[in-house]
Amino acid sequence: MIEPGGGIEGELLSTTGAPPARWRWRAGISGAVLLFLYTVAALAPWIAPYEPGRQFRRSPNAPPMPLHVAAPQAWASQGLLYVHPQRMVDSLRRRYEVDRDVRVPLALFARGHLLVTADASEHFFLLGSDALGRDLFSRLVYGARVSLSFGVVGVVISLGIGTLVGVVAGYVGGRTDDLLMRLCEIMMALPSFYFLLALAAVIPPGLSSAQTFVLIVVLMSFIRWAGFARVIRGMVTSIRELEYVQAARALGAGRARTIARHVVPATLGYTIVAATLAIPGFILGESALSLLGLGIQEPSTSWGSLLKDANNLTNLDKYPWILAPGVCIAITTMAFNFLGDQLRDRLDPRAETRS
Amino acid sequence: MGLFLLRRLVQMVPLLIGITFLSFLIVDLAPGDFFSSLALNPSISPEAIEQMKKSFGYGEPLPLRYLSWLTQAVHGDLGLSVAHRVSVTTLIGQRLLNTLILSVAALLVTWLLAIPLGVVIAVRRGQLSDKVLSLLGFLGMSLPNFFLAFLLLRLALLTGWFPVGGSVSFDYEYLSPATKILDRLHHLLLPTIVLATSGMASLMRLMRGAILDLQRADFVRTARAKGLAERTVLFKHVLRNALNPFITLAGYELGTLLGGAALVESVMNLQGLGSLMLEAVLALDIYLVMGSVLIGSLMLLLGNLLADVALAFSDPRIDLSASRTQ
Repeated sequence: MIEPGGGIEGELLSTTGAPPARWRWRAGISGAVLLFLYTVAALAPWIAPYEPGRQFRRSPNAPPMPLHVAAPQAWASQGLLYVHPQRMVDSLRRRYEVDRDVRVPLALFARGHLLVTADASEHFFLLGSDALGRDLFSRLVYGARVSLSFGVVGVVISLGIGTLVGVVAGYVGGRTDDLLMRLCEIMMALPSFYFLLALAAVIPPGLSSAQTFVLIVVLMSFIRWAGFARVIRGMVTSIRELEYVQAARALGAGRARTIARHVVPATLGYTIVAATLAIPGFILGESALSLLGLGIQEPSTSWGSLLKDANNLTNLDKYPWILAPGVCIAITTMAFNFLGDQLRDRLDPRAETRS
Repeated sequence: MGLFLLRRLVQMVPLLIGITFLSFLIVDLAPGDFFSSLALNPSISPEAIEQMKKSFGYGEPLPLRYLSWLTQAVHGDLGLSVAHRVSVTTLIGQRLLNTLILSVAALLVTWLLAIPLGVVIAVRRGQLSDKVLSLLGFLGMSLPNFFLAFLLLRLALLTGWFPVGGSVSFDYEYLSPATKILDRLHHLLLPTIVLATSGMASLMRLMRGAILDLQRADFVRTARAKGLAERTVLFKHVLRNALNPFITLAGYELGTLLGGAALVESVMNLQGLGSLMLEAVLALDIYLVMGSVLIGSLMLLLGNLLADVALAFSDPRIDLSASRTQ
């Protein structure tokens, strides 16, 4: 979509030449948040107290247990943190009672995890548990791996296709250009979500988690490259005529070398910005598909597939903590949007906003 | 104008053929089909299934089936839904209205709120209201549709103020015309908020940028120098020009809304084209999938066309009869 004129970035550049401080710190915070999330995902087996599939059959739909800090004199004997255990009082309605007199001490850096119960026979649910008694926090941490990498992989593939098509169309021109741009138009005229639904149905059942992930990410990239291709083609048609590119050609550089060394690098500013702003779209797309039961399947988890439980009025009413993955998705999206905005100010001031 | 419309409509034909063929191909690639699930049903005899397969042209080569579907579609017959045993046109007709009402309501809310708000924050640039609204806009833009839907559904469950699904109440048929409209609006409220939020936030930001940009334009300075009141400058000169790109945007917005509506319908239990499509995909109901994709694309293309025509009316510099260079 076209942003009229320079928009926000135009305003910022013309007044100060550099983005004002508030944008810098917002971008700094966003960067830190993203770094934190990706670190958590990378260290998932260590940070999550349990395996994502581990079931505590006696504690289905348990509410979150808040962490308590022990009094300093008890630190040596009982550790820093503890939770109160829950006892099921109504197994039909899944109602729990917190036993405030008993403390379950937690141990840091024990048994190869960040935080676990000191006694291995006890358990704690930081964010509650699901209907099978699986720890939501652990599942969330493992789900971050799928959701966060999905965005990056999707953007790499779709921008890769987009750059390839855009550069070829823009540089070669003529009939090739016409043909490729017609193809882009078809892709962009697709009702993408409907199409994605149809595509997701093609995924045969019984694939491994990794195979499903790859298939979904490829399908989604396949739908989304056209927008990138059009912008890059537009850039390449003007870059092609720039003096330094013509100079390179005049000096005898071949077509491939000219493209790789002189044309593609000139589009990098746009590519980086577009990538940052497109990642949330992929994460949201995956979440939406998984939420509807067409994406990531058990035993693998993603934030979207965890939210599938929330797509049920009873669950939503009685176990509101199952919305936690949605909070994670929202935070990630926001961080990428802020960061992309800042990057655009810096790298690509006159760019179009693609939303 | 007539020629322009004709040309655009003709251009849509290859696009639609491309889209439908692609979807036909994809649905055909899906493992298993509707009949394999029927075969598991002991109350249906194998002969009956054979009969059905025959009537659906099962087993013929793909291009042939596509061609026969296409000829039928051109005649307004989108085939039979295998799962519902009703013609696809009827099914889509029942659902399309709900989706259209929802999309148009969301579009209206988006525009009627986003444009004034965008103007306000552009005029009050740098003030507290600008900062707060801009931040809210950013939050709204980043909040996933489905998550907002869950939050509002939970609100509805907690308070009981809003219905948690459906487009009308159970007793809709027995209501008086006035209460019928109220009932629809009541059901429409939450889905519309969900759909409008994300679009509104980005539109508001774009509007703000456009106005700030135009306020530095030469013709605006001239208008001010002439001694025109700031109001007149803002509404007659700045806003008038800032609006033009947004008319094109509205056409594209329709596509986003359609996709968004599909998700919101499924999450919020509404009977619309999107939820129909989801059911069809899950049941591998090929003609229903094809029909939904076709109608969806058609709405999208028509939306873009409508936006171009509206733009020509709003911006006299645009001459539609001139041949369009790409």
